[in-house]
Amino acid sequence: MRRSTLRKLAVGLFFIGPWIIGFLGFTLYPMIMSAYYSLTNYNLVNEPQYIGWKNYIRLLQMDPQFKTAISNTMYMVIVGLPIWLFVALVMAVLLNEKGKLTTFFRTLFYLPSVVPTVAASVLWMWVLNPQYGIVNTLLKSMGFSGPGWFTDPTWSKPGLILMGAWATGGTMIIFLAGLQNVPEALYESAELDGAGWWRKLRHITLPILTPTIFFNLIMGMISTFQYFTQAFVISRGAGSNVPPGGPLGSTLFYAIYLYQNAFSYLRMGYAAAMAWLLFIVILVFTLLLFRSSGRWVHYDS
Amino acid sequence: MTLSTQRSKGWRSKKVQETALVVFVTLLRALLGFAVAVPFFWLISTSLKPENLLFRVPVVWIPRPPMWSNYVEAVQYIPFFTYLKNTLTIAVPATIFTTLSSSFVAYGFSRVKWPGRDIVFMILVSTMMLPYQVTMVPLFVVFKNLGWIDTYKPLVVPTLFGGAFYIFLIRQFLMSLPMDLQDAARIDGCSELRIYWQIMLPLTKPALATTALLTFIGNWNEFLMPLIYINTNSKFPLALGLQQFQRQYGAEWALLMAASTLMTIPIITLFFATQKTFIRGIALTGIKG
Repeated sequence: MRRSTLRKLAVGLFFIGPWIIGFLGFTLYPMIMSAYYSLTNYNLVNEPQYIGWKNYIRLLQMDPQFKTAISNTMYMVIVGLPIWLFVALVMAVLLNEKGKLTTFFRTLFYLPSVVPTVAASVLWMWVLNPQYGIVNTLLKSMGFSGPGWFTDPTWSKPGLILMGAWATGGTMIIFLAGLQNVPEALYESAELDGAGWWRKLRHITLPILTPTIFFNLIMGMISTFQYFTQAFVISRGAGSNVPPGGPLGSTLFYAIYLYQNAFSYLRMGYAAAMAWLLFIVILVFTLLLFRSSGRWVHYDS
Repeated sequence: MTLSTQRSKGWRSKKVQETALVVFVTLLRALLGFAVAVPFFWLISTSLKPENLLFRVPVVWIPRPPMWSNYVEAVQYIPFFTYLKNTLTIAVPATIFTTLSSSFVAYGFSRVKWPGRDIVFMILVSTMMLPYQVTMVPLFVVFKNLGWIDTYKPLVVPTLFGGAFYIFLIRQFLMSLPMDLQDAARIDGCSELRIYWQIMLPLTKPALATTALLTFIGNWNEFLMPLIYINTNSKFPLALGLQQFQRQYGAEWALLMAASTLMTIPIITLFFATQKTFIRGIALTGIKG
């Protein structure tokens, strides 16, 4: 290598040095260790004891709670996430139209997403309180009897989805930024061709927005697989000695069961195996989404 | 739906269509706005209610007189100011460290061209996809062996090494600045460190502001990390303290809402004070997707 190249390499490494140290210490080393722990029986007190693939076999074949955690989590990814993305998209499209008080509504729609998650969760427990909460009270005044929400295993996940839809402002802003990239000229020429609002949305706005939809879908998918805080706070809020995940395991999400294995039952090896399975699932889903993107994501030029 | 039926009746004129659209959009906005606003009203209204109004049907929206004393009671019930101090003890250094270290690393990924840079950058970007659960257990073991459990070190020390996402964000910004800037300085014999500190850092202020803001809010709201590492109640940050309070006194809705409001107000104030930086930051995260 030439001396000037060598010098540049030295300067570059000097600047990224902190990250390299952090990467080795806080990412790479723990990754290797957790892969190792996943093949052991480890309770923090005794030395890890090598047991081969037993943790994985037990997870996949013998653990009913693991199955529950998977199906709850898939419910959120398959039902919850599309709803959240749809709500965010509708909000963004509405804000992108001419109309009264645009700035006001943009702030209002965004505001819930800055509310700290714990505070929002505590608030929503009260909003969806079966007897005195505002949602059921409003439903009652319209002649419907509202469900038990977080006290009813059938309704606890829909309750969480509703709460997530309320706080979807971050995604909305990203959609809005994407919408503002659509060149005005495209709309104008479409109007000359006599295209109405719906056709413009369907044939211009949405195709141009597909990269943004794709981005939000990937990010949303990754974070929904790790869905934790809201369900943890709400299910534990049912009483001081209640374990998370209730009622009747209906909010036992993957990350919650993993956390319990690690820090409640001290099954560190088991938790590490769960973490690696999660990582693999996320990778596979990401890969599949990228594979599918050729068919529906339009990149300009 | 309404639009197309109107059109089929012969409403061809552009003016009418435009008005119909504005009405439709405004109505939908108002409807969604109402749905978004109700929980906020419910939060504030409940926080100001005396106990006997909490369970009143029909709902009392504006309690008269408002029970301001709920707030006084809430900050005593939960040791609010202790939790606040703890939150700041974590969030302030974490914010400063993340911002500075991330910008430092971002400089190395953008303003210096060295062999292998793009590959290393790809590794950095791909670490953003790694679920934290994969590193959670070994990190806990490491911090436990270091005797750091029940201290703020596991939450603060890692921020000295830059956050992948923020490095990415600042790098995108740095890439957009003209290269001549530093070439001129280099010819003048300026050291790289001085170019970074005296030329680039001031120019990246918008990206740094966004980073600082997002990190601060992230730390203010963070729940899982303190849940894992902090055991002593008097060391809890607000997020953990509020959850603990909810578990123990679940039925004290007025106090809970007052405490939640108090935890939310600083963030909302910060949001209003810095709205532009804020919105731009969020939008930036998606643009290069």
